Amino acid sequence: MKTRKTFFSLVLILSGFQLLAQDNLLKSLNDSMSATSNNGFVTGTFKALYIVNMKTIEAPAAGALNVEIQHRFGTINTGAYNLWGLDFATLRLGLDYGITDRFSVGIGRSSYLETFDGYLKYKLLRQSENSMPVSVGLLGTSSYFTNHAPLGDNANISSSSRFNYTLQMLIARKFNSHFSFELTPTFIHYNMVTSPDQNNVFALCGGARMKISKRMALTAEYDYLFPNQLVSPLFPPYPPRTNSLSLGWDIETGGHVFQLVMTNSQSMVESQYIGSTAGTWGKGYIYFGFNISRNFNLKPHNKPKA
Amino acid sequence: MYLRFIYILLMITCFAVKGICQNYMTKTGFIGFYSKTPLEDIKAENNQVYAVLDPASHHIAFAVLLKGFIFTKELMQEHFNENYVESDKFPKATFSGICSGELDLSKDGTYQVVIKGDLTLHGVTKPIETTAQLDVKKDLIVGFSAFKLKPEDFNITIPSIVRDKITNEISVKVKIDWVQTK
Repeated sequence: MKTRKTFFSLVLILSGFQLLAQDNLLKSLNDSMSATSNNGFVTGTFKALYIVNMKTIEAPAAGALNVEIQHRFGTINTGAYNLWGLDFATLRLGLDYGITDRFSVGIGRSSYLETFDGYLKYKLLRQSENSMPVSVGLLGTSSYFTNHAPLGDNANISSSSRFNYTLQMLIARKFNSHFSFELTPTFIHYNMVTSPDQNNVFALCGGARMKISKRMALTAEYDYLFPNQLVSPLFPPYPPRTNSLSLGWDIETGGHVFQLVMTNSQSMVESQYIGSTAGTWGKGYIYFGFNISRNFNLKPHNKPKA
Repeated sequence: MYLRFIYILLMITCFAVKGICQNYMTKTGFIGFYSKTPLEDIKAENNQVYAVLDPASHHIAFAVLLKGFIFTKELMQEHFNENYVESDKFPKATFSGICSGELDLSKDGTYQVVIKGDLTLHGVTKPIETTAQLDVKKDLIVGFSAFKLKPEDFNITIPSIVRDKITNEISVKVKIDWVQTK
């Protein structure tokens, strides 16, 4: 009887050790792993390169090309005759390319004032899980409009007057897997303005995204132009200047991102939508539109995104 | 009687401690997974796999950080982490199991073994069973294994729009170079 008892307790203890050994094995791995795990950089702060109009901290990976089609219909207050704006179109076609994971370049052409634009974007700091709270990027954009007579048939505009420059600092934080925010102090230099407007203009832009499912998100963007800098009426007679407010719905499907947007800005170029947005949401100056992006990998990407 | 019992207990303890001290260990194991369809080839590889083998009990354990999988397309890597395995919520995949079959670690040679155990991925633990080859050479063991996994088994849903781009069963390849810890 006693030997039997001893035998059973032995078996019990033995099996206990076996289990313990197995658990300890995995536990020892997990312990050494958490001790050495590096500060992972946060990825996927935003789904796309654009919130609605403003650029996000995101950039194509090294060797990846992003093709962007941005389309805005007319304002919905044009009424039923124009199918609430759907008869009109403003389009921007863009290409964005990652030279390295931190440095990207882009070019674009939009139908608003027949404008060409180009930009350089560099990620200065990257948010990481343990040490860095925000990602910070620098973005320089220049635009050149080629419209023959935006100020009327008699005004001859020299080519240097057609350039505008924008310098932005993109400060972004992914608070959690659902919510990200980006704050963008902005400086714009207009080569040509109408008196008494300032050539050098400051603005503060902000954008946020809230994921509503794994592959969908709602976005919002507000571009605040500090007052008393641009006061002249817009030509041809538009409603008075106002700040740009945009809402979007991102839908991601593999290499594509579709963004359905509502905005009171017609243009999609920084110097234009920050400086010359005309008409408010309240009065129905709302452009419905969309952004479509498609990612192409021109080179294989064989290292961790650094 | 009690003395004998304590004696046996002591022996077991010594044995267990000895076993732990002489584990075979690596921090640079390899796991790759592959999906081939006419529309899209997916390849992801990780060279920072932690793995350990207990020579006394033939228990093995693996742990791998999912963010360490490198894809040839960076956007896929982001989607893998964000949408599929949700590596913010479930940073690791682990395996704990046992090698069975003819295996004598004190003798050099190639052994075909069966590995049985629990794989935890995306917060779901599933029993898996696969064959593996172990090449034993002094205090080195090189292990190879290949098996298939279904993402759906681990609660990883694949949206219908990309369903044709991802195979139903993902091929997984494992290669581990174990060194005996001193």
